[in-house]
Amino acid sequence: MTVIEDLAPPPTAEVRPRRASRRERWQLRLPLLPALVYTIVVTQIPFLVTLWYSFQSYFWNTPAPAHFNGLSNYKTVFTNPAFRGALVRSVVMTATAVIVAMVLGVFFAVLLDRKFLGRSIVRTLIITPFLIMPVAAALVWAGPMLDPNFGLVNWLLQPFGVHHVAWLSTHALGSVILVMIWQWTPFMTLIVLAGLQSQPADTLEAAKVDGAGAWATFGELTLPHLRPYIELGVLLGSIYLVNVFDAVKAMTQGGPGTATTNLPYYLYQQVNNAFDIGGAAATGVVTVILTIIVATFALRMFARVFQFEEA
Amino acid sequence: MRYPRFRLRALGAVGCVAALAALAACSSGGSGGSTSSNSNSGTVTVAVVSNPLITGQMIPLTQSNFEKQYPGINVKFATYTEGDLRAAIQKAISTRSYAFNVVMIGPYETPLFAKNGWLTNLSKQYIASDPGYDAGDLLPAISKSLSYKGDLYAVPFYGESSMMFYNKTLFQQAGLTMPHNPTWAQIEGFAAKLNQPGKVAGICLRGLAGWGDNMAALDTVVNTFGGQWFDMNWKPQLTAPPFVDATNFYVNLVRKYGEPGAANDSFNQLLTLYGQGKCAMWYDATVAATSIATTYPDVYKQTGYALAPVNLTKSSGWLWTWALGIPQGASDSGAAWKFVSWATSKQYDQLVAAKYGWSAVPPGTRTSLYNNPQYQAAAKPFAAITLESINSVDPEHPTLHPVPYTGIQYVVIPQFESLGLTVAQQIAGAIAGTESVSQALQAGQSAASQYTPAQLSGSG
Repeated sequence: MTVIEDLAPPPTAEVRPRRASRRERWQLRLPLLPALVYTIVVTQIPFLVTLWYSFQSYFWNTPAPAHFNGLSNYKTVFTNPAFRGALVRSVVMTATAVIVAMVLGVFFAVLLDRKFLGRSIVRTLIITPFLIMPVAAALVWAGPMLDPNFGLVNWLLQPFGVHHVAWLSTHALGSVILVMIWQWTPFMTLIVLAGLQSQPADTLEAAKVDGAGAWATFGELTLPHLRPYIELGVLLGSIYLVNVFDAVKAMTQGGPGTATTNLPYYLYQQVNNAFDIGGAAATGVVTVILTIIVATFALRMFARVFQFEEA
Repeated sequence: MRYPRFRLRALGAVGCVAALAALAACSSGGSGGSTSSNSNSGTVTVAVVSNPLITGQMIPLTQSNFEKQYPGINVKFATYTEGDLRAAIQKAISTRSYAFNVVMIGPYETPLFAKNGWLTNLSKQYIASDPGYDAGDLLPAISKSLSYKGDLYAVPFYGESSMMFYNKTLFQQAGLTMPHNPTWAQIEGFAAKLNQPGKVAGICLRGLAGWGDNMAALDTVVNTFGGQWFDMNWKPQLTAPPFVDATNFYVNLVRKYGEPGAANDSFNQLLTLYGQGKCAMWYDATVAATSIATTYPDVYKQTGYALAPVNLTKSSGWLWTWALGIPQGASDSGAAWKFVSWATSKQYDQLVAAKYGWSAVPPGTRTSLYNNPQYQAAAKPFAAITLESINSVDPEHPTLHPVPYTGIQYVVIPQFESLGLTVAQQIAGAIAGTESVSQALQAGQSAASQYTPAQLSGSG
């Protein structure tokens, strides 16, 4: 949060308020206090407890009580190939899904921006995947769609010589990413469509008068205009998709092998299958630190987007 | 409006204290509860696995019969898949949160939990003073697997070994005959002849990662090929030739003649596939016979049964039972035993038979069921072979060569929960084709090597 404060423009007005007395300041704070205490209780205390556990050797499946074991959990996190694998997979899944969803989103948005019969119906249909519960979407894809024996996808591809492909075994990562794209393309479409509709008509008209073709208009005018919208879509998409859990759990359970184990699922397995509370806590702490680093850059970009808008 | 400063501070302090008290009240909630309360009243929260015999019979019968019989007892079920069930129970029991007063566990957990003092000694606490329960009637192999130092710490709801199911019609058409006691080499030959890609798999086998899923089936193959998890010095043996041969055999069998997408299949998925006639053979739990009989009557008529295939040993079935235990210190434990004894009693079998027919009765727990002429008649095709399979196993001596551990398709050490899953994931990867068998077993061997022999043997 400090980032936002740093980036806020310095106050230009030189009107210094009268210095409030100590009592008055407390009177102002008091109504805020319950919310503040609540926030601290539900966010900071669990974090401190997690931090404490990350220095403990604590397993649910042994009767031994938790005991301090220094930095050994952190050592394990950094030396464990399973953690690095999960980290890389998280990045691959998020980046692929966000980029492909955005490209498709721009494509659909440009199409939907035109006037045609039944446009509102088509728009509603396009947005539906985003409204479906992620776990329901994952289950539908894992079962009726991608099942090797009964699946719709194999049936549709049969005329093209595709026979009984076990999508979730042979193309597990691709299948999970596919569902992420399927679910997030509508969101990207919506954001870009909003951008398209805010594009001033006179600019487009001027381009037409100057003899610019459709591609040139799109490349030179529309795309630069859409840039902040695309950046916003990419940012929000990344924040949500880096945490994707439903699709992994419902479709592949992180497998086969560890082919689809991303960071959230890896952490879940550390608690639910290895009962390693200390190790999971250390993984969580490291993930939070990495997220803060990434989020810092993302928020800087965010701030730039709005400055760009104002300018 | 002038408030003296100290009052505000006092207010803040009161607020903090109130918040802390509320927190404390929350964290201590549920750990109370009396154990000496009347056993005819209370709330029983049961954690169970989502298998057909539980979701389709136990839960509806509890509502329609048990709660009518004991109106003071309120039974709540929490159903989980096998993996999630273990996690939920482990968490509740080890943190003493007492979320459940009845838990469904198996022969892997029971001795470990009992050793840690986490389970109520059912023999001493209840069975001794409840002659009607007739614990002597429980099948010896099953009852032994749920005992610790001679006392029962959980009682079986159903029991199973593993066996081969096959489609008699397909065998007849191909001119093949399944022996009563087949070898794995014979099975491979049959699978090759019967496999029709896209229509019927030669053999359906488990591939889903989990020590109770793909590893259960694979471990029985490893055992009969002469392999083992550890030698007598607790040195991991996953890259030793018998383990490698067995794994290669299993992975090749399922990749060549198995169902497509095997790496995501376990009992429930395979039951559906077999029930729809998409498997010529299926190697899985004996209890599947009960589900086939009740859910897929057409396929049931064509189904033949054979003992678990062997290679170097005489028999190679696994042993498992889903059993009910009561966590030590749980509230309303008297009511909990009322439920546990009801669900595992002979009378429960009568209830199931009256409502769903004798072939639907949970198998593999009581000798009296197999002596019951009505059951013998209704479950004629599979009753005898189920009993024979269960009686043929020896969890104390599961392998060809001596081993320092017990358990057939698992190793009774706390570390196996995590180690078994790691190896299972690697094997699932090999079945899916994302890595080779030797890579998978190398990874498994190094995962097993991170524990010292002292840790594994429990002396460290």
